[in-house]
Amino acid sequence: MAVISNDGDGFRLGMLVYDTRYRSYTIQIFALILFMLAVAWLLDNAITNLALLGKTFSFGFLFETASYDINQRLIDYTSTDTHARAAIVGILNTLLVAFLGCITATIIGVIAGVLRLSNNWLIARLMTIYVEAFRNIPVLIWILITVAVINESLPAPSGFRGADPAASPFLGGMLVLTNRGFYIPAPIWGDMSMAVVAVFLLSIVAMFVFRRWARKRQEATGEILPVLRISLAIFFLPTLLAFFALGMPITLEYPELKGFNFQGGVFMRDSLIGLWLALSLYTGAFTAEIVRAGILSVSKGQSEAAFALGLRPNRTMNLVVLPQALRVIVPPLISQYLNLTKNSSLAIAVGYMDVTGTLGGITMNQTGKAMECILLLMTFYLIASLSISSVMNWYNERVKLRER
Amino acid sequence: MKIKGAIIAAAAVMAVSTAANAGTLDDVKAKGFVQCGVSTGLAGFAFTDANGVWDGFDVTFCRATAAAIFGDPNAIKFTPTTGKTRFTALASGEVDILYRNTTWTLSRDVDLGFTFLGVNYYDGQGFMVRKGLGVKSAKELDGATVCIQTGTTTELNLADFFRANGMSYEPVPIETNAEAQQKYLSNACDVYTTDASGLAATRATFEKPAEHILLPEIISKEPLGPLVRHGDNEWGDVGRWVLNALIIAEEKGITKANVAELAKNGSSDPEVNRLLGKEGSDGDQLGLSKDWAVHAIAAGGNYGEIFERNIGESTAIGLARGLNQLWSKGGILYAPPFR
Repeated sequence: MAVISNDGDGFRLGMLVYDTRYRSYTIQIFALILFMLAVAWLLDNAITNLALLGKTFSFGFLFETASYDINQRLIDYTSTDTHARAAIVGILNTLLVAFLGCITATIIGVIAGVLRLSNNWLIARLMTIYVEAFRNIPVLIWILITVAVINESLPAPSGFRGADPAASPFLGGMLVLTNRGFYIPAPIWGDMSMAVVAVFLLSIVAMFVFRRWARKRQEATGEILPVLRISLAIFFLPTLLAFFALGMPITLEYPELKGFNFQGGVFMRDSLIGLWLALSLYTGAFTAEIVRAGILSVSKGQSEAAFALGLRPNRTMNLVVLPQALRVIVPPLISQYLNLTKNSSLAIAVGYMDVTGTLGGITMNQTGKAMECILLLMTFYLIASLSISSVMNWYNERVKLRER
Repeated sequence: MKIKGAIIAAAAVMAVSTAANAGTLDDVKAKGFVQCGVSTGLAGFAFTDANGVWDGFDVTFCRATAAAIFGDPNAIKFTPTTGKTRFTALASGEVDILYRNTTWTLSRDVDLGFTFLGVNYYDGQGFMVRKGLGVKSAKELDGATVCIQTGTTTELNLADFFRANGMSYEPVPIETNAEAQQKYLSNACDVYTTDASGLAATRATFEKPAEHILLPEIISKEPLGPLVRHGDNEWGDVGRWVLNALIIAEEKGITKANVAELAKNGSSDPEVNRLLGKEGSDGDQLGLSKDWAVHAIAAGGNYGEIFERNIGESTAIGLARGLNQLWSKGGILYAPPFR
């Protein structure tokens, strides 16, 4: 921009409109004022109408007793706890299903996306059917279908009872599939079990140190070590050795049929499984298309050049194609993760108590604080979405093309 | 453009909100029909028949209200609401009156800002289980999986009941009666709990109702009744006195069949004459026509007739009158005098 000269006759008010240097600011400031007035008007209107209905605007209800129970709790919670704690239980449930869903959706998506490009006609067509079926039917219907399938097709806990039960657990009692959810054994942490955990954590660190060292060595000498096999060995062997050397301090608690339901073990409810599965498959279908687009965006010349240099197909994929494809894949993948997180609010349809079910459902209904609850919900989803996208943006920065 | 849109939206919100603050009775008369909130579907209480026409116990009370105002039981539109959406629907003015098996509680009356007009069904929370389970009492339900409708007093009562008895349970929150039914029938829950009347109504729709039993414990008081928004007493009075008129009609033996004749020829009982508009000016005081109660009773009969036709012992639901019998016959149904 040229320096604004102050000779001449100086600044006049009319210049705000007629001078192109100021006009855009004038318009923007005017628009901002109008916008803020509109927001203030809406807020004032809301507060006035709440007052007319005899309702106050306060968040005090959060610290009153909730008096309802929640089935899935990642932290301790009883009906004598507060609404705030119930909301936190719900938030953790939302984060749990979103976290699990994002991981499986990515795995499903990458596999389906790569397979859709397969030269095998059957596999490619099957993946096309999967992608088209899942992304063209609303996710709510998939959620309802998956839970209904679990409810209707699997045996009820009572089916496991009696001398000659109609159903029996799998893997020698390790896995129990009922129509109310799945049970797997829970670990019991005995004495010295923390030592095993410490060894495990150390071996993870050691694995990363080794991989770094292997890469440096490859860069220096050109020699390639069997990194995957050695990493796996570092991952498993020390922990297993420690486990047996310390006299197996970690034992498993098996689920057992007691009374109406199985007791013990880890219980994954039908609603969690159904929601998780449906969200993963639905988002996975979109992810598959993103992955396919990413791979196709890398020009054929790149892989041909890699082959010409003598790289084998999997190395070509890992070292040449995928790093370039990631630059195309990651940005749209962020919005898929955000979608999955927000879609998890459909949980109440199958009775999964996420934050929409606790804070935006029962709490809102029992206290009548609709405005406050919805505002809190919006804030939570906003913060969650912004956090996910900032993490993913950081990752995108890392994988994007570095121009040297 | 965006700004302009926002201003128009704001103006629209303003306009809607001012409309909601005027007298509901005048609004209703102006638009020509009553907007009544009912359940999304509960056999006997509120359901659509094969032709898509709403019918049932609660629905008939709605129709009587419409008939009292317009002389036409069909001057009405129904809004199906879930346990969760009903209060928002009423508070926002989407419905004028809510007849949806809603329990009268202090917090709903005071904190949520509604006015309960009376009780049209005295109920209590019960439990339904499969006969095959061998459970005889609700005290044996420790560890059971319980299906509940969310957004109701039921889930609070349930938490209290299990806590008071030192038992644990696995709550499965469900949004509507239909979904809860599906969960219960697929054996994903051991127990289904809601108001005893709702349980009986739900059981009546099962393929094999005899395989399910209601446990003897009734763990709460659930006075179900109509409600309107706080602060509009004229409208509240109309709803309240339609309900009372139907109860008094049963007391005085005014039925759907003889109401027209009694209204024409009068009766020796002055209270009947006042009710049917032959004497006094009660209709004017309510802001209605003189013969409002005649229309209300003609819509579906008196309280007893409505009960018997929709949920009584001759129907599939088969509920006994019990507490809902007139006070003079051993129940607690008692309407203030019509004078």
